[in-house]
Amino acid sequence: MDVLKENVMKMTIISKCCLLNMILAAPLVFATEHEIIQLDKKFNVQEITIKPGDSIKFKNKEKDITHNVFSLGPKNAFELKSQLPGQESKVEFKEPGTTEVECAIHQTMKLKVTVKK
Amino acid sequence: MAIFLVFAIIFVTSNFTLKAESSLSELQSQYQRPSSIPYLETNKHSKAREELGKHLFFDPRLSGSKVMSCATCHNPSFSWADGLPKGVGHGHLKLGRKTPTILNLAWTEKLMWDGRFNQLEGQVLGPIGSEAEMNMSLQGPEGLAEVVKGIKGYKNMFKKAYPGEEITPELIAKAVAVYERGIVSEEAPFDHWLKGDQKAISQEAKDGFMLFNDKAKCASCHSGWRFTDDSFHDIGVKDEDIGRGKFLKLTSQQHAFKTSSLRNIDQRGPYMHNGSEKTLEDVVEFYNKGGNAKRESLSEMIKPLNLSNNEKKSLVAFLHTLTSNDKPVTLPILPR
Repeated sequence: MDVLKENVMKMTIISKCCLLNMILAAPLVFATEHEIIQLDKKFNVQEITIKPGDSIKFKNKEKDITHNVFSLGPKNAFELKSQLPGQESKVEFKEPGTTEVECAIHQTMKLKVTVKK
Repeated sequence: MAIFLVFAIIFVTSNFTLKAESSLSELQSQYQRPSSIPYLETNKHSKAREELGKHLFFDPRLSGSKVMSCATCHNPSFSWADGLPKGVGHGHLKLGRKTPTILNLAWTEKLMWDGRFNQLEGQVLGPIGSEAEMNMSLQGPEGLAEVVKGIKGYKNMFKKAYPGEEITPELIAKAVAVYERGIVSEEAPFDHWLKGDQKAISQEAKDGFMLFNDKAKCASCHSGWRFTDDSFHDIGVKDEDIGRGKFLKLTSQQHAFKTSSLRNIDQRGPYMHNGSEKTLEDVVEFYNKGGNAKRESLSEMIKPLNLSNNEKKSLVAFLHTLTSNDKPVTLPILPR
């Protein structure tokens, strides 16, 4: 009987741990993918607020213009390779803070990404 | 039946003409001149600031040798450049790149061939303080601010232009920037054509304008009323200079230089960042063959264009219509 009780208790603890793990892991499971369009040498928005772990898909929708999106930070610095028309690339933003995104080729293209919990 | 056919032909032709006219007017609308000059909120225009800036711009005492002013290289007689393949700096030593014009710079943020300075206010002290260029010390008793403060006339001019502000190198830069923002090319024959004067430019030039926007793809970068989107590309000029790649380590920025404005372009040769192309015909031929250097950083937009001789001539004819008959600049009497 004591063994049975002990086993039931063990099962209960394991179940609670599993539930806790699922809750903790939830933000990773529900990370969102956002989309930013590059058209007419502009980003479709100038600012975007996202959550840590979210990603942004940068899509070049120009007819014949190449872009080169990058960021020197201050948080989540990244570099994409040159994007030909029609190409897209995804970047994950892990660190909370601000990321100033630019196109290396076209100085008028600027995007401020705010990563907030 | 015959009447029906005639009507059909008239309908189709008129429709085609209307479409062609609307696409031309749509194109033309992309090149309209702005109605005002942008100034920074932190450095607004006033007549006193513009006058002060003009005096400082033409004053050789702002250089280490006391014989070089901003205007030595940015000479209004040469469309605000020097007409040389490469600039000449302190001690008559040749610089690494061609002197760019300062026409119409109020509308651009990143300056210099490699875009290393932001806004004119942030650029002015670069060449003044550069050992290779004006070689002026920006600090110390012999420095820029002390030299300017030592000239009585400037003290009064600063009081009027920036009341209550201390004369510092940054304030000197702000005054020069106000003057430079006002250096704008006037209306050219191309602008008169946009306004409706059909005789302002030749048919050959009009054909060139269409080629510029279509087959030759010049407008992919040389767009807007200044004929530049201020973008940075490796266009395939054979040179060891890596341009913007020196501080932006991306492949696309190796050998990348700023797209030049084409306003008054026939007054601004030789061309390219190193002055390697002598004439506009040479430049058109350069693009027609897809540049001179094949390398990883070469812009995807640089490809052979297969232009005929007539098409090349039309493009050059169009480029000549971008030159304005600007008023001569009067020189200031400098304060002592």
